[in-house]
Amino acid sequence: MSSGFPLLSLIIWLPIVFGVAVFATGSDRNAALARWIALVGSLLGFLIAIPLGNGFDTTTSAMQFTESYPWFERFNVNYHIGIDGISMPLILLNCFFTPIVVMAGWEVIKERVSQYMGAFLVMSGIVNGVFASLDAVLFYVFWEASLIPMFLIIGIWGGPNRVYAAIKFFLYTLLGSLLMLVALIYLYQTSGGSFSILDYHQLPIPFTPQILIFIAFFLAFAVKVPMWPVHTWLPDAHVEAPTGGSVILAAILLKLGGYGFLRFALPITPDASHYLASTVIALSLIAVVYIGLIALMQADMKKLIAYSSVAHMGFVTLGFFLFNAYGIEGAMVQMISHGFISGAMFLCVGVLYDRLHSRQIADYGGVVNKMPVFAAFFMLFAMANAGLPGTSGFVGEFMVIMGSIKISFWYAFLAATTLITGAAYTLWMYKRVIFGAVASPAVEGLEDISKREFAILTILAIFVLWFGLYPYPLTDVMHASVDHLLNHVSNSKL
Amino acid sequence: MQKLYLLVPLAPLLGAIIAGLFGRYVGPTWSHRATILLVFVSFLASVRIFFDVMEGNTFNGTVYTWLITGDTRFEVGFLIDQLSAIMMIVVSFVSLMVHIYTIGYMHDDPGYQRFFSYISLFTFSMMMLVMSNNFVQLFFGWEAVGLVSYLLIGFWYTRPTAIYANMKAFLVNRVGDFGFLLGIAMILMYFGTLDYASVFAQSSDFANEKIELFPGIPWYVISVICILLFIGAMGKSAQFPLHVWLPDSMEGPTPISALIHAATMVTAGIFMVARMSPLFELSETALTAVLIIGGITTLFMALVAVVQNDIKRVVAFSTLSQLGYMTVALGASAYSAAIFHLMTHAFFKAVLFLGAGSVIIAMHHEQDMQKMGGLKRYMPITYATMFIAALASAGVPGFSGFFSKDAIIEAVHFSSIPGAGFAYFCVLTTVFVTALYTFRLIFMTFHGQERMDKHTKEHLHESPWVVTVPLVILAVPTIAAGWLIDPVVVGDYFKNVIYVDTNHDAIKQLSTEFTGVIGMMSHALSTAPFWLSLIGIFTAWYLYCIQTAIPEKIKNHFGIIYNLLDRKYFIDEFYSWFFASGARNLGTVLWKYGDVKIIDGFFVNGTAKVVALSASIVRRYQTGYIYHYAFTMIVGIVVILTFWLY
Repeated sequence: MSSGFPLLSLIIWLPIVFGVAVFATGSDRNAALARWIALVGSLLGFLIAIPLGNGFDTTTSAMQFTESYPWFERFNVNYHIGIDGISMPLILLNCFFTPIVVMAGWEVIKERVSQYMGAFLVMSGIVNGVFASLDAVLFYVFWEASLIPMFLIIGIWGGPNRVYAAIKFFLYTLLGSLLMLVALIYLYQTSGGSFSILDYHQLPIPFTPQILIFIAFFLAFAVKVPMWPVHTWLPDAHVEAPTGGSVILAAILLKLGGYGFLRFALPITPDASHYLASTVIALSLIAVVYIGLIALMQADMKKLIAYSSVAHMGFVTLGFFLFNAYGIEGAMVQMISHGFISGAMFLCVGVLYDRLHSRQIADYGGVVNKMPVFAAFFMLFAMANAGLPGTSGFVGEFMVIMGSIKISFWYAFLAATTLITGAAYTLWMYKRVIFGAVASPAVEGLEDISKREFAILTILAIFVLWFGLYPYPLTDVMHASVDHLLNHVSNSKL
Repeated sequence: MQKLYLLVPLAPLLGAIIAGLFGRYVGPTWSHRATILLVFVSFLASVRIFFDVMEGNTFNGTVYTWLITGDTRFEVGFLIDQLSAIMMIVVSFVSLMVHIYTIGYMHDDPGYQRFFSYISLFTFSMMMLVMSNNFVQLFFGWEAVGLVSYLLIGFWYTRPTAIYANMKAFLVNRVGDFGFLLGIAMILMYFGTLDYASVFAQSSDFANEKIELFPGIPWYVISVICILLFIGAMGKSAQFPLHVWLPDSMEGPTPISALIHAATMVTAGIFMVARMSPLFELSETALTAVLIIGGITTLFMALVAVVQNDIKRVVAFSTLSQLGYMTVALGASAYSAAIFHLMTHAFFKAVLFLGAGSVIIAMHHEQDMQKMGGLKRYMPITYATMFIAALASAGVPGFSGFFSKDAIIEAVHFSSIPGAGFAYFCVLTTVFVTALYTFRLIFMTFHGQERMDKHTKEHLHESPWVVTVPLVILAVPTIAAGWLIDPVVVGDYFKNVIYVDTNHDAIKQLSTEFTGVIGMMSHALSTAPFWLSLIGIFTAWYLYCIQTAIPEKIKNHFGIIYNLLDRKYFIDEFYSWFFASGARNLGTVLWKYGDVKIIDGFFVNGTAKVVALSASIVRRYQTGYIYHYAFTMIVGIVVILTFWLY
């Protein structure tokens, strides 16, 4: 499927090159230039990703747009990239969100503009690299590299407690991925010196090593997703991160963990995955129920949405370990949809934060009186967050619930409680922030959203509704790959 | 014809978009013109489709493929048959009337366009619900009407009570939807499809299938599915114990109380169960549950209506009770009677609500009936139409409500399903209660002393034509719709749509005894319901027109019972204590102890502290003095040598 033209490499490296160019504009005297270069770079990054979607062959599960060049021949490390129906939608999602965060930070970020914008562009390229890597070393490099821009974004442009949050974010996720490195080296040894991920898929592994490898992968990915009980870095990171950071964190970075399960844990260690499935499902269901209740009691809007992210990502891990098409495709849809919805929710909070510089629910009330257009957008995204049919938020949850009842009625029962808790925490927050009489002089002074904000929220609203009313294209893209994965996972590797 | 099917939901959707997104630019007048015109288009299309269906042209087909996953295809499509056709007419007709009425009711409200947008959006959602040919689309419509209901209850969003009520409505409905979605999931699991026709075709194959939800206790799959689906209906159609949201929903503007919370949306549950008759007929357990829940709702909600003084709340509790009637009919396998009562109720209840709204405008938004009285002099049209609706509601022969309600009572009487005896007692007793509270409302509002203040009295006048015309138009089917009993209930109108097991032959017995509309009326004169309703009306007249002091005495004498009814059996208090506070407290405990103390405090920060602590200890050995290092080296060498030598 290699077309000769290194499109995939371009998608990885173009944002990084632009990012470096943005850095080069230097101090804030050239802030305007930095913004424009960043916007052009991110839009180009998105535009060149479109042929990736158009040229994608949905009938095959094989890797497409592949490129392979030797990197360290001594260790058989290759620059080997390619995509299938699982990684392609995630790359598009990532390329889509880069211009969104650039626009979101347009007027809001006033200090160190070039570094801020550059960090997001570099991040975008790195994340594309993670999704496209077919070589374990390449993957690991991109994987760890993705921590750095976000670490800086939180640590520099974050809130008052940003240093604690940034370090917690960094150490938590680093700790998880170190064990993955050990597992990758083990696989390199047993496979007779290959770092190809696709080789690992075919590699027979005895039961005990499988379990150990699975646990190593699991820790790396579970922290990233994040799953209960290793989720506590996320609320802190979100609360302290600037709006753009939160958006990318929720919309994109969490998906790295989900992607890792599908690319590594399930196909490399299928027997261990089956063996430990009920444990993972239990953790996922705890995330849905327990985190749902915790979210209810949050006084900080960002914390609330962060917890709601954990609950929604619980559906993702739940879906993966059901080992049926509903579950895995549902989980994939949930990842994409969660990207749009949580991104939009954080942007909405950002809109309020930019005006009042508070994230506390109690500081608001009656916002609708002053910002009716904003309130309408926020309502749409809140309803999507609560999984209303017709929005993308429903599709993934619906599919995962349908998938889980096949395994056990009680899985579906517990998962479906999100219908109640999800609506409860989202609408209760909405009520306290948006509805009511104008609560304070500060709220009285609010101005409705600007054209820039309107444009961003409109684009997101279109996608949330589109994938709610017509999710067919989403699953169409991933069918072949998911079928192949399911087939692969059902065969023992012992 | 298929293009016409699309027009029915899409025309109101277009109206909603025009008024909602562009209402600012087109202005109030063009907003209401556009929405009314488009709902009218939808109504005309529905009428045309209805006649087409009467000629036998039913339709079951796909509009587009929503999703394919695994080997299942989920489609958006329409099922146009006798059941959906009748629902489409009822929905578009009442919606059209309410649209027109709204011009008068909301004319000086700042949210005028928004309101029109919402009610048009509602019409779209409701159409998607009733026209669906599959469970996913049903669930879409089901939740979409819930969303619009949420938006409309909280329409006046600065009122604390309104924004509390709308959240409560949404959440209670979500509890129902929770069961509903699980029911749908079980259907998909067993039947492998969510398309109605394919599910119904296979339903009897699963009649004896069992599932062990709890180990060792096998249950019939169909019973579990039906009860889960019915939980959804309980939420939407406000059946005990999920009824608590409906009375509070009266915080919304009155036109939507008529449209959504009386005539259409709340009947979605009834419609759904009737649609699912091939499933429910296979489970007597489920039917018994439906009968019992319906019976409780019918009687106990009617009793509450007797002590309410807020005019809208009386009508709201009346709606609950009437929905109970429909539910009882479903449980007795008299699906056609349930749908028939749904239809007549839509008309007479719309009149009662819109009439109440008319009174409320005249009274300058005063809703307390204790401050009304004698209004018939000022508002003759409102009075006349409401009086007709009250007669229909009380089930006086000749009016629509009589036919539908009598059919239900008779059907329950004939039913042999367990629980029918209890339900029969409930529905029969409630005839008296219904007549009492309905005419209590009429007499307190329109008759007797004029108890309003002087200022209000001076401004009393009949409402404008946009308000009264819909009332008059709706009053026509309030009288006449009952005469359709012949084809709809006892006839074979629903022959191919509603499936009734041969053992559940209540409707069949009803049909054999049926001797025409006139015969039914004359026969009624010798039956209990007629006399009960007459006594009810008479009691209301005696207590609220003649001996007006007696109600107060009764109230003082039976203080406990009065309180129990007035506080709606304390169910709201219990829920708010048990569920709302319970969840909040549990959330707080899990957060403060689970997340903050144990995970973060002990494990995460604890690890960091251990690292810091051990580092601080180890650091002490890095003193920088050569003789310390030399000494350590010597000790080390001694230890190693010792180890080596021995």
